[in-house]
Amino acid sequence: MTYLFHSPAAPLMMKWFRIKQLWQLTSALFREIIREPGVLFWGILFPILMSLGLGLAFTGKTESTRKIAVLTGDKGSMIHRLLDSEAERNTGTEGAGWDWKYEIRDERLGNSVFLFHIMDSTEGMTLLKRGTVNVLLTSSRDSVAYNFDPMNSDAELTYLKLLSFIGNENKSAEHDNSYIKPLTVTGTRYIDFLVPGLITLGVMMSCMWGISYGIIEKRSKKLLRRLVATPMKKSHFLIALITVRVTMNFIESAVLIVFALLAFDMSIQGDISALVMLYIAGNIAFSGMAILVSSHTSNTEVGNGLINFVVTPMMVLSGIFFSYQNFPEWSLPFIRNLPLTTLTDGIRSIFNEGAGFAEVMLPAFILTATGLVFFAAGLKVFKWH
Amino acid sequence: MNEPGVIEVRDVWKSFRAVEAVKGVSLTIPRGRYVAILGPNGAGKTTLVEMIEGIQKPDKGEITIKGLKWKGNEDQLHRIIGLSLQETRFIDKLRVSETLLLFARFFDLGRERVEEILHLTGLAEKKKSYVVNLSGGQRQRLAIGIALINKPEILLLDEPTTGLDPNARREIWDILKQLKKDSGTSLILTTHYMEEAENLCEYIIIMDRGRILMEGTLEQLLEAAPERQEYRRKRLDDLFVSLTGRTIDDEVVQN
Repeated sequence: MTYLFHSPAAPLMMKWFRIKQLWQLTSALFREIIREPGVLFWGILFPILMSLGLGLAFTGKTESTRKIAVLTGDKGSMIHRLLDSEAERNTGTEGAGWDWKYEIRDERLGNSVFLFHIMDSTEGMTLLKRGTVNVLLTSSRDSVAYNFDPMNSDAELTYLKLLSFIGNENKSAEHDNSYIKPLTVTGTRYIDFLVPGLITLGVMMSCMWGISYGIIEKRSKKLLRRLVATPMKKSHFLIALITVRVTMNFIESAVLIVFALLAFDMSIQGDISALVMLYIAGNIAFSGMAILVSSHTSNTEVGNGLINFVVTPMMVLSGIFFSYQNFPEWSLPFIRNLPLTTLTDGIRSIFNEGAGFAEVMLPAFILTATGLVFFAAGLKVFKWH
Repeated sequence: MNEPGVIEVRDVWKSFRAVEAVKGVSLTIPRGRYVAILGPNGAGKTTLVEMIEGIQKPDKGEITIKGLKWKGNEDQLHRIIGLSLQETRFIDKLRVSETLLLFARFFDLGRERVEEILHLTGLAEKKKSYVVNLSGGQRQRLAIGIALINKPEILLLDEPTTGLDPNARREIWDILKQLKKDSGTSLILTTHYMEEAENLCEYIIIMDRGRILMEGTLEQLLEAAPERQEYRRKRLDDLFVSLTGRTIDDEVVQN
């Protein structure tokens, strides 16, 4: 070996040994992940199950059942007269104990079933607090009053649907001069909105937990300390860790995309190479963040808190499951510039709006720059011991 | 210890906030010598060894290994030192042979060296086992195997047998005795166990509260306590109690 290091071929040999070290480190960390049975489930199967569950829940035509509390016992009241004449007595096993059943049939949007029960206001308030009902009805001889939280969009929907039964002569969900056409065009469905979000959420979670927690745990086990007491290049360890995580992310996302293309007839309307570029930029951003977050602590409890501090706001705000446009106007500029929002908006535009390189170049640049800045800051304060 | 040393520690001090862990320690370790550092918890043994390992930097004083300081010579020194830290855990789902190969690659070594270490540490039958499935003794043998992978000139072992049953402890001793026969490796070993220091090392340093209280061969230590004639015929345990005012077993139990 000494001879080799003094020969003209020495630099080349050193390079070769360094590559072998990096390869050994990468393959060791890769084995560590794939030999954990939970990885297959949580990394690959769980996102598929989530897309399947949410996709079916929000894209399928289903029958919805809504329970309504009637707080008026007077048999002469308007609501009683309506229920006696229009609704049927509920004798089925579903909603046993609820007195009346009224059904609005709709081939396209799915049937709506209302179950009514007469109760006192105390019981009504209890059920409201538990979420069993979201509208309370009170009634006099010639009017019906709706009591609900106007900020609760589901309660508002119940109210609007009830109007067609109580407050409108026309019992159909459709009016004579209008009609509802359910949207089934690819790119406009909820599943088309959801899948890109699940992909980007997966990247963030995988980087933050896989890289950050992995480093913190190895530091707490004194493995980092042991590794750097060898001639190992420190940068090789971080490169190997990031390479392994990004490779896993690619596999997990590819499986989810193929599943969505086949099961939900989704399509990627934009440029696939732009998608790959943006995806890599997103991985760089979250890998850099993960290095910074894990740069100092060796306490896994503190690590948990730090990771949650970073991921939870983005998980809630970045419009993964539902659009962030409903957040207050003043907060939107902040939300739009979160790394997860930037990545998700870009990936969605490629999937659903046919975006290409020109449209995602800027977000890709911002994400890459963000990742590199975080990475450099993390390395600056990184504690190996 | 007047022979030239492979390890020279000169008036080294180290504090952690208000705690002075090491207070002006000096020592010289000659080539091929096995040295035990004995002391209760909090004596400063681990801090001293970690400074020799280059993991901690002294606040004051100087440490040289084969005449080299750590600063600027990390790669060179890492290649001649083998070490085992207290309670290191390796990657759970890596096999024994894969773990050894990972470390062998850092020293540009290959599978041949891994096989030698498996044989030396008696882990050949366990080479395909995951690290997580090893017993405490087997894990410690693996840690020592990793420390020996680069055929180190200097071996630093921080409490290598703490928490092991007597059989597992003797297996570690056998490995280290074999190493002494086969090579000129210098060893610094920190321990709580008097028996370990007596059995393995020809030179013993007793530390407490960051300072060296006594050092020498076992005979020298026992002879050097003239005012404690009653200890001369007794074992090292008794001398330790006379120096520190407490038994080392109490320390182990309390901590």
